[in-house]
Amino acid sequence: MSVIETNGIVTASVTVAGETIPRVEFLPVTVELLRKLWVQYGPLMIHQSGGCCDGSSPMCFPAGDFLTSAQDVLLGRLDIAPAGGGPQVIDFWMSAEQFEYWSHTFLTVDVVKGRGSGFSVESPEGVRFMIRSRLMETATPFA
Amino acid sequence: MTVYAAPGTPDAKITFKPRYENWIGGEWVKPVKGQYFEDISPVNGKPFAEVARGTAEDIELALDAAHKAAPAWGKTSATARAAVLNKMADVIDANIELLALAETWDNGKAVRETLNADIPLAADHFRYFAAAIRAQEGSFAEMDGDMTAYHYHEPLGVVGQIIPWNFPILMAVWKLAPALAAGNTVVLKPAEQTPVSILVLMELIGDILPPGVVNIVNGFGVEAGKPLASSPRIRKIAFTGETTTGRLILQYASANIIPATLELGGKSPNVFFSDVADHDDAFYDKCQEGFALFAFNQGEVCTAPSRALIEKPIYDKFLGDAVKRTALAVQGNPLDTDTMVGAQASNDQLEKILSYIDIGKQEGAKLLLGGERVDLGGDLTDGYYVQPTIFEGHNKMRLFQEEIFGPVLAVTSFDGYDDGIAIANDTLYGLGAGVWSRNGNVAYRAGRDIQAGRVWINNYHAYPAGAAFGGYKSSGIGRENSRLALDHYQQTKNLLVSYSEDKLGFF
Repeated sequence: MSVIETNGIVTASVTVAGETIPRVEFLPVTVELLRKLWVQYGPLMIHQSGGCCDGSSPMCFPAGDFLTSAQDVLLGRLDIAPAGGGPQVIDFWMSAEQFEYWSHTFLTVDVVKGRGSGFSVESPEGVRFMIRSRLMETATPFA
Repeated sequence: MTVYAAPGTPDAKITFKPRYENWIGGEWVKPVKGQYFEDISPVNGKPFAEVARGTAEDIELALDAAHKAAPAWGKTSATARAAVLNKMADVIDANIELLALAETWDNGKAVRETLNADIPLAADHFRYFAAAIRAQEGSFAEMDGDMTAYHYHEPLGVVGQIIPWNFPILMAVWKLAPALAAGNTVVLKPAEQTPVSILVLMELIGDILPPGVVNIVNGFGVEAGKPLASSPRIRKIAFTGETTTGRLILQYASANIIPATLELGGKSPNVFFSDVADHDDAFYDKCQEGFALFAFNQGEVCTAPSRALIEKPIYDKFLGDAVKRTALAVQGNPLDTDTMVGAQASNDQLEKILSYIDIGKQEGAKLLLGGERVDLGGDLTDGYYVQPTIFEGHNKMRLFQEEIFGPVLAVTSFDGYDDGIAIANDTLYGLGAGVWSRNGNVAYRAGRDIQAGRVWINNYHAYPAGAAFGGYKSSGIGRENSRLALDHYQQTKNLLVSYSEDKLGFF
């Protein structure tokens, strides 16, 4: 499913057709927060937002709360379960139209102090998820 | 120059209460679960008041109050409702300084903006809709000599509204004014980043409205916004925010078969044709200011002109002048009337902006100005300040494609009219745009060809009530700031009346 590296980072499985390298990872602080939210809300999903105000941020919902469709791309699946535990898989989604502009970047989901992020479940904790980006090694977006 | 005293200090024009409750049924009501959260001022990064942390239970109480008030409010005359709206406008006008300071402290924006734009526009907005509802007429059509179809505007009933944090009071009024004018009652949830200023407004205008006509529940999106947006007890939901939550709200609306209006932001192009540089005159200066307006409200505007497109023949000159012009923008204490660039609204917003500056550099965009967090020192050292930042790059870069919601501009050149329009339209969004030209024909054509709901021609960032505002493409659904907004808060009642004694003859 996904690879838990020794440094606690969880890297996504490859789910985009025709691709061979992952696109998303969770930092240890992200994994820790997601495990806590999983206890509170049950299985979770993430949809990357675009646009105004709280936008351009990963929004975390109870799995299935946000209806995805053919207009969305599954960027990867990430298992946050601790070693030996049953799988706790989080799907990471983005709208297909947004993916056209984001596809050249690898996404690291971090946690920062903050407040308010749409209906995302972490905001009452006084923190929010945030994307840090780096260029994909194989991408040639501006050719 | 005036530097206002910080709220709560001896010379201050406003002192916040230590704790704010929900406003429900014309009273301050404690949250059912008894929980509160801190409101942090972006000016200094410090908490200044506690605010009710509302949940589904509080939303239900607010809906009870709104439903109780709806039948009577919906049957008041337009004359009476307009009088209420005008009265609220008068109270806002009489308290501009107090409200401006509350807004600046809650949001971080420069007080010159709240004094001269946010608060006066809010008062005017109520007056506009007071006038619009008085002037609105139903219609009738004569079907034949004996039958007439009458069309009446009727309110929807109870509506839900979710407000963003970038213009907390003004955006609340943009939504409240048409809803109230049309005869609806409202449950409104402010943004959790800026929950207090709207309550300061309600302290002033709350008693003008009958109890339950407007109800305010604060809280987090997942705990208060979601129960409101998904409630089967609202007849409409209005939301300003971002795309994922916008889709979620449409989902909830579809489950309840109710209309939703959405304003979801943009990545607005600001297009400068080469003739703007034909003369070094007042108009050229105006164009330069139009470029620098990307930093207005710290870039926290859905329509921020965050992509500047400059025609090739003037690219180097115009951009060189414009960077110098932007560098003159005064950044500082938001309570100082000389300050042009204040604080970002929250810590996470600050972090997000810095992350975009980082990805811009990685993508190979060239930094022309700014690019750093600012430490203003003293009491403001923990505030959320970012330098106005200008990058030069390519329209396919993420810097050019995502709404950063900060004072970050992405600049590129275009080669002739068609190229300019193509770049302007190469975006998911279509909320705002700017076109600058001395040639009226070019400006007109560009204004029509750009796929955006609001195109400013030879100006930018004016928001007079009466000019329709709303998005094309992924920027949303519906129009505000215009009488068109009444349509989103009314339904049509048709009375089809026969004035004939003759039966139909079918049975």
